[in-house]
Amino acid sequence: MNRNWLIDWSLRAYVILALAFVFAPIAASFVFSFNADRFPSLPLGGFSLRWYEAIAEDPLVWEGLRNSVVVGICASLLSTALGFAAAYTDFRYRFFGKPLYLALALLPPTIPVVIMGLAMLAFLSRVSLSGEIHSVIISHVVMCSPFAMAIIRMRLSQMDPSLEAAAWNLGAGEWRAMFHVIVPFARPAIFAALFITMAVSFDEFAVAWFVSGLNETLPVRILGFLQGQVSPRINAIGTIVFLTTMTLVILAQVLLMSRSGGVDETPRRQEP
Amino acid sequence: MKKVTIFGLSFSLPLLLWQLLFFAFPLFFLVALSFWVVENYRMVPDFDGVNWTKMFGRDVFWDTYLRTLALAAGASVLVSILAFPCSYGIAFKLSANLRRLAIFLMIIPFFTSYLVRVYSWQIFLSDNGIFNAAFGLLGMGPYTMLNTDFGTMVGYLTLCLPLVVLLQVFGLMFVDRTLIEAAHNLRCGRLRTVFLVVIPSARVGLVIAALFCFILTFGDFVGPLYLGGGKPPTLSIMITDTTKAGQQWPRAAVIAIVMIATLLVVAFSAIGYAYRKRA
Repeated sequence: MNRNWLIDWSLRAYVILALAFVFAPIAASFVFSFNADRFPSLPLGGFSLRWYEAIAEDPLVWEGLRNSVVVGICASLLSTALGFAAAYTDFRYRFFGKPLYLALALLPPTIPVVIMGLAMLAFLSRVSLSGEIHSVIISHVVMCSPFAMAIIRMRLSQMDPSLEAAAWNLGAGEWRAMFHVIVPFARPAIFAALFITMAVSFDEFAVAWFVSGLNETLPVRILGFLQGQVSPRINAIGTIVFLTTMTLVILAQVLLMSRSGGVDETPRRQEP
Repeated sequence: MKKVTIFGLSFSLPLLLWQLLFFAFPLFFLVALSFWVVENYRMVPDFDGVNWTKMFGRDVFWDTYLRTLALAAGASVLVSILAFPCSYGIAFKLSANLRRLAIFLMIIPFFTSYLVRVYSWQIFLSDNGIFNAAFGLLGMGPYTMLNTDFGTMVGYLTLCLPLVVLLQVFGLMFVDRTLIEAAHNLRCGRLRTVFLVVIPSARVGLVIAALFCFILTFGDFVGPLYLGGGKPPTLSIMITDTTKAGQQWPRAAVIAIVMIATLLVVAFSAIGYAYRKRA
């Protein structure tokens, strides 16, 4: 191979530049949340916790946080359960219309969020389900379950289908084999799916903005702040949101990497 | 053929029912909604084409449509080009461990509040922001970056860059290394190898990456609104305005259906192009 030292290193530098671009806004949010000045700019003002104090005293922020946590937990539990069931269906069964089934299961994230928001608002208000916390949960399950299904499906595709058949031959019923063979094998992916879906739900602002009515979640609150004046309070809330979702996503990734042995484990079944 | 069992149904049905009821049905309901009429601020079920003729008769609608289309297409090209050296570096120039780390880091922002990241860019781009402070030290500027198309593009880049890089990396990882070595052995220059061997072999991944960029930017309202200023609007901003301010849900539904139809056409042509047999 003829390698060129200069080209290799400039490409590596470019990768670092791209990562810097991606993480710059996250870092800036963090730095300016501790900045005493009202209008964020350089040079920095003194260190201060006043913006954190300001949001801690804002009852609307607390209410938003509570709503977000409730929605996040419910949506992640429900969408992971639904996603697991669908992933298992894909793993085990062949049936007529399966591509359509998979499309329906995986398609929601490709629909623009404003359209989802409008459709959910129009439909849910027609059946008198809109403007409540459960309207947000219902919509978030639609949007999160594809992620859960994709993650668990990836894990199941690494499993030898004959393991389940072996359990049946040894006298285990279908339910018993499910809980003693399939679920333990998929456990890291199930937890990863719980974390990822919680992160997706915790960050989702558009559909929640359309359907939540007065029960605003935290991101909808942030959207409200954005429409008002510039305020470093957004940085303080943002830092909390970033820390929460990044923790969830990192946990999920670590789970998927360590227990499944990363990419070294050869998949036994090809993706369709 | 296996028998249909209670066991099987209890796993296959829940998601199917949920997505039919709360995903497919609401989307189809939009079609019906677009024929309803608004009387005295209340929606009345009807079969009236008035919303369609009203929306299609407005120059503003078509201007916005073309503008949104141009912005999304431009973003797909721009983000693809800017992402490519990064994906190429990750796929070919990093050790296996560093590559895993880079992918790990690129996945994080995809799930991390886009809204707050856009707000954060305002700190960089505003007239008294970080960039202009830095330019000031060099004796340049200030430049207006916020509320311009440049701002919109920064927003789009924030939204799409990580995903586009990831999809491109997966495309590039499947390129047969022996093809590249063969090209080298045949004295094919570096850039020529990239354009004649690597890019054609990774075509599926690259096109899918650009397609996702188009889908995401076409429907995004946060970047164009809070970094681009929102004037003139994009279709997504129009939907939020029409829904939130005017109670004109049927007209918003018309915009939404036009958007979905556009996305379907673009998606099918892109996929068709990606998997087309090489001429």
